[in-house]
Amino acid sequence: MTVTQSDRLVERFRAGDRAALARLISWVENGRPAGLRAMAELYRATGQAYVVGITGPPGAGKSTLTNALIRGYRTRGKTVAVVAVDPSSALTGGATLGDRIRMLENFDDPDVYIRSMATRGEMGGLSLAVGAVVHLLDAYGFDVILIETVGVGQDEVDVGELADTTLLLQVPGLGDAIQTIKAGVLEIADLLVVNKADMAGANDLVRDLRMMLRLGEHGPWVAPIVETVATEHRNVDTLIDKIEQHAAYLAESGEGRRRRERRDRREVSRLARRWLAAQVDAVLAEADTRELLVDLGRRETDPWRVATEAARRSAGRFQRSG
Amino acid sequence: MVSSANPRTTPIRVLVAKPGLDGHDRGAKVMVRALRDAGMEVIYTGLFQTPEMIARAAIDEDADVIGLSILSGAHLALFPKIFAELEKAGVDDVLVVAGGTIPNEDVPRVKELGVAEVFGPGTPMEEAVRFIREHAPDRSGE
Repeated sequence: MTVTQSDRLVERFRAGDRAALARLISWVENGRPAGLRAMAELYRATGQAYVVGITGPPGAGKSTLTNALIRGYRTRGKTVAVVAVDPSSALTGGATLGDRIRMLENFDDPDVYIRSMATRGEMGGLSLAVGAVVHLLDAYGFDVILIETVGVGQDEVDVGELADTTLLLQVPGLGDAIQTIKAGVLEIADLLVVNKADMAGANDLVRDLRMMLRLGEHGPWVAPIVETVATEHRNVDTLIDKIEQHAAYLAESGEGRRRRERRDRREVSRLARRWLAAQVDAVLAEADTRELLVDLGRRETDPWRVATEAARRSAGRFQRSG
Repeated sequence: MVSSANPRTTPIRVLVAKPGLDGHDRGAKVMVRALRDAGMEVIYTGLFQTPEMIARAAIDEDADVIGLSILSGAHLALFPKIFAELEKAGVDDVLVVAGGTIPNEDVPRVKELGVAEVFGPGTPMEEAVRFIREHAPDRSGE
């Protein structure tokens, strides 16, 4: 790998070349040093885009709503990028990324970019990798970045870490809202969207959600409930108005600045911890440490002592490499 | 610079697309499933895709491989447009394979366009998977 090639890609990226954007995203997603170098160079240009997270259970219509939001934002003259995240198989590492099917309406619009990503089974790695891709899209100059992710595991919480405004989608017919929304998930929602609002049970769902919101703790911003029919683009304009109201609230209250500070701190913390974990893994593979592990097997020492020693050696490695 | 100590081998990204007007995507879906089960990340774009849509998706998704499934007989009309669009975008390192009903006598012409391999009806899935695994571009040296 040569530095010149990564420089040329950054140059093409800066000139607005989509293929360069796409290739840089792969580099960053794959954790390649050249990608990270490019990222470091481009980071100063970030911080301009508005990031909206879209989460909810499978079948809630997230991709269809995303498609409708793209059109809504395009009508308002905004450029839009989408990161659609789907789970990887824990068994094979493979993934089916099918969200694009629902977003084809805008395929030939140069101001719309859609990228599918697989979770690749990393705990916390999702938000690091997606976060890095968001930085690139931001640096490229998109006004709005939509992150779509299924609400299973920790993913829906992760998206709340990355987004300025997080939409939580629910649909009638999945059962009792009180049971289907996991603890901690309602709290990340800045807006609740009841999609497929033309289906039976929509009114009950809205009532249940309203009750849950009333029971829960909240600050000055109470998540509005918006009823949409994404397939028909119904009420999507209202939804964008609500997102903009939330953006205004974030700006006026100072909450937006606090969120961004929290996000920056969390990103640095995750990156630093990943680096430290790699040092620990390297130390555990060293011959000296393996001897300690043999001693541990004989019960001549204990895991706490070995861990302390491994951490001490990791710090030593860090000082040598720094 | 913070980077992982152990370089990770990353999954092959494949775009599976159905160009043209035939409405049957059973074969494409079976392929999607087989490639996914082989550990690849498969982006499926659905039916009725124009060459422009396919090229655009492949560029934006930075696909390593494009798998074209075609049953309509329009391969000689549609495939050149896909390659033209890729070329226009400066993308020249994608592996393109095709499946479906491409008559034997058309295979040389399709390959001349840039299709690396044609998998006719009855090709075992393992064969297509193996071919893709062996021929997907290695971009690690960039």
